[in-house]
Amino acid sequence: MAVVPRVQPKVWLERLKARPAEAGARAVPGSGLAAVVRKEFADNVSGWRMVILVLLLAVTGIGSLHTAAQTIRTVVEATSATPDFVFLRLFTGGSTQLPPLTSFVSFLAPLLGIALGFDAICGEQNRRTLSRVLAQPIHRDAVINGKFLAGLLSIVITFTALLVGVGALGLIMLGVPPTGDEALRLVAYGVLTTIYVAFWLALAILFSVVFQQSATSALASIAVWLFFSVFWDMLVGLVAGDDPVGLGLWLSRLSPGYLYTEATVTLLTPTVRTLGPVTLEQVLGALQGVLPVGQSIMLIWPQAVGLVALTAVCFAASYILFMRREIRA
Amino acid sequence: MAETVIETRGLVKRYGDFTAVDGLDLEVQAGEVFGLLGPNGAGKTTTILMLLGLTEPTEGWIRVLGHDPVRDPIAVKRVTGYLPDNVGFYDEMTGRQNLFYTAELNGIPRREAAAEIDRLLARVGLADAADTRVGAYSRGMRQRLGVADVLLKKPRVVIMDEPTLGLDPEGARAFLQLIRQLAGEGMTVMLSSHLLHQVQEVCDRVAIFVKGQMIACGPVAELAEQALAGEPLRLELELSPCPEALLTALEQLEGVVELRRSAVGPGESVRLELVSRRDLRAEVSRLAASHGAAVLHLSQAGRSLDDIYRRYFAEGGDRGGRRSKGAA
Repeated sequence: MAVVPRVQPKVWLERLKARPAEAGARAVPGSGLAAVVRKEFADNVSGWRMVILVLLLAVTGIGSLHTAAQTIRTVVEATSATPDFVFLRLFTGGSTQLPPLTSFVSFLAPLLGIALGFDAICGEQNRRTLSRVLAQPIHRDAVINGKFLAGLLSIVITFTALLVGVGALGLIMLGVPPTGDEALRLVAYGVLTTIYVAFWLALAILFSVVFQQSATSALASIAVWLFFSVFWDMLVGLVAGDDPVGLGLWLSRLSPGYLYTEATVTLLTPTVRTLGPVTLEQVLGALQGVLPVGQSIMLIWPQAVGLVALTAVCFAASYILFMRREIRA
Repeated sequence: MAETVIETRGLVKRYGDFTAVDGLDLEVQAGEVFGLLGPNGAGKTTTILMLLGLTEPTEGWIRVLGHDPVRDPIAVKRVTGYLPDNVGFYDEMTGRQNLFYTAELNGIPRREAAAEIDRLLARVGLADAADTRVGAYSRGMRQRLGVADVLLKKPRVVIMDEPTLGLDPEGARAFLQLIRQLAGEGMTVMLSSHLLHQVQEVCDRVAIFVKGQMIACGPVAELAEQALAGEPLRLELELSPCPEALLTALEQLEGVVELRRSAVGPGESVRLELVSRRDLRAEVSRLAASHGAAVLHLSQAGRSLDDIYRRYFAEGGDRGGRRSKGAA
């Protein structure tokens, strides 16, 4: 017969109480991480670059929200019925003058990530603070992890504020509350955007480890961003000239930007039912309808995993390089 | 016997084909001011980085207060303060904020840190500039803030890399005084420098580095004996008046190799240069007095750190002095 240990709640409680005191006496593993995150986050939030980017996002947010509201109104006036997913149209509805909010975000998000990360390590090295910080009793990875986490935290806060702000303003303008389905889609959109920005943050940090100069690092990150947002489509068009759905799609999906766009379009437009090529036979006789949020997320799961993997690869590379790096004053 | 604070055995660091530190055996005792002396590129900074666990040695064995910097760098860094060559701070933060960050990295509670920071800022003479952005600090102020930063964690060992480089003479003097004070408080100080006179002034013992090898180690006076054993001494003296009898007597002193009359000074005074194998200062002045000559000038060359340094580099192949580190 198995002996059941007697539960002694008093002893457990005492043990739990004793633990923080022990931890305070000698620095716990991963010590320094909290300090680095706090300092970097304060730097991010109070720095000019963040102010500029947030202002830019806020202005585009308000602008595209206004256009979206106008468009929705004209639609409602014309049909005198509330269209489906009207709340989501706040984010996806653009006009001929102004593209929708999602396009702005997909364009500006990489910039935010790059701005937060491009001088993470080389900036410290150039200011000669790195060797001083690393001479403190902290783990070396606390510095790079702390910088990444602080960047991530800034991104999460920025996009939460943006989405909630736009949603609230939209609520006032339209008077139509979001359905549960719509709210879930917006949350998923927020998570996805955070992952996408985290990828650019990780890439920028990687370049900041590789290059000695902040300017070179920033330029390298921006070059990658421009390459994927402008030239990649052209190249894909050239290479996969007569096979746009097979090879073309495959090549396109190597671009993180394309993965992100596919995923956001699917998430915020419930009528999108597939991302692959569709044959005529499949279209014939298919019923028009919308996907529930769970199915939409299923559809973009590979894209999301791809983005997470890219982020992880970039961060792992910068982590390894940084840990092996010789730190000279 | 004092406790050994820093100990290395057979320490080697190679970068590809280049050997930066080659078989270093070092021992530093508690409460000592120990100088690493050598030209740029001799391996001083690399040695320091290995002691702190910021760089891994290729071969060899290190203990800092019993901790191995390779296996347990955090234990070493908890008891060791490091002031890097040309220390950097976050320019957009004030001096006080920079120190608070260091305190936080060291896990010092905020309230405790606040009092300690005030005390240290006053000690290094930055109390008035505590809330000024570091961007507006001068070189000397940064260096002093660096000292406060190092002392914040109450280290037992302080390692400084070229601490006086780029300071004005007054600043450097004050800095050396501070180093002596720290040693007086029981801290062990290790500093690297290529500035001989400062090292001579402040260090109990020095190690001379040439091309990654420690070619001599000991108190400055002992090194002089070792390095210049057999090397003749030059005694410069000026006498007034200088009778011929005195010159003959001087030439006949034991150990004199050569007596040169270098110049005739104003009035009756004569300048002489006496090359000898031993210290003759006392005998020379006594002899001069007995011949009724006044000694206007008497100085012995050939025993200063400069001479030792020159001598070692003549042996080790002179590479120093040509490349100079970016001094402000």
